[in-house]
Amino acid sequence: MKLLTHNLLSSHVRGLRPGGGFPLQIQASEVRVRPVPFNAAFVARLVPRLRWAALLEAAESLGHPSELPPEPAPDYEADEPFLRRVHHVLLEVEVLEGVLQCPDSGRRFPISKGIPNMLLSEEEA
Amino acid sequence: MRKLANMKKLKLKELESCLQQVDTFESPKLLLEQYPTRPHIAACMLYTIHNTFDDIENKTIADLGCGCGMLSIGSAMLGAGLCVGFDIDADALEVFNTNIEDFELTNINMVQCDVCSLSDSMSETFDTVIMNPPFGTKHNKGMDMIFLKTALQMAGTAVYSLHKTSTRQHIEKKADEWDVKMEVVAELRYDLPASYKFHKKKSVDIEVDFIRFSAKKLLN
Repeated sequence: MKLLTHNLLSSHVRGLRPGGGFPLQIQASEVRVRPVPFNAAFVARLVPRLRWAALLEAAESLGHPSELPPEPAPDYEADEPFLRRVHHVLLEVEVLEGVLQCPDSGRRFPISKGIPNMLLSEEEA
Repeated sequence: MRKLANMKKLKLKELESCLQQVDTFESPKLLLEQYPTRPHIAACMLYTIHNTFDDIENKTIADLGCGCGMLSIGSAMLGAGLCVGFDIDADALEVFNTNIEDFELTNINMVQCDVCSLSDSMSETFDTVIMNPPFGTKHNKGMDMIFLKTALQMAGTAVYSLHKTSTRQHIEKKADEWDVKMEVVAELRYDLPASYKFHKKKSVDIEVDFIRFSAKKLLN
């Protein structure tokens, strides 16, 4: 699971407050960093849509503090070193094994071979 | 191994022949209506989404009911920024994972979940949603429409989906109700292989619509 996927994903346990279940807290036991071709246009399009605080927190929790600023600079589109750092955190750092925890319900979801298992039992869904 | 140079300029034939190398279900599960999207159909769909509508390159894409990943892998080859496959079945995702490794694709992720439970928690999180949903016949009547509703909530721009032509009127009615624009891009003949015991013939051709849905407010 890449941190971009994490940034899009929320828990959907029944009965959460609106907008709840995000961000899922990560407890990783195995993290992989793998090069991904850099695509400035794609990353620049993503920046305004990212939930920035959640991304910083996720990177921090994996022991990959990202050297990213507390919020994107106003002229980020032309700032290639910045876009490269965002690219690295979003797409190159991956959680292979670990757990995601719903911030509201405390429900834990295992991550195995890089795939989070968000399945709920019938009572929870 | 099956490395591709300049994937975004792939020709239709090349895309199809790449997709022929995608491994699919070893033992399809009847309850989940598992049958692979044939490489030919997948390639035609994706090629049109890419070339006619530009909804793949540099986009975030969700593939609902991705199975072994035929549509995701094709999107990744055509330059998707990131494609995330969602499926309930761990066995299918395992095959998908092996496919990704074989193709050395780095812009795909997977999530195991019940697509039916996704709907309101991930509103407009992806640019494009592509899917070949269960047709919702046999044991899971209405499943196709649950997938479609979820997809429409998740997509920021457009949803591309396959539906039985015989259900077109019903879908048109629903699209109207949900205030989305619906365009039948192509009518296909879907060669449904006899994967299950109850199929008497070797394979059955069914008529399928390839449909693009988009929010009316976007007017595209």
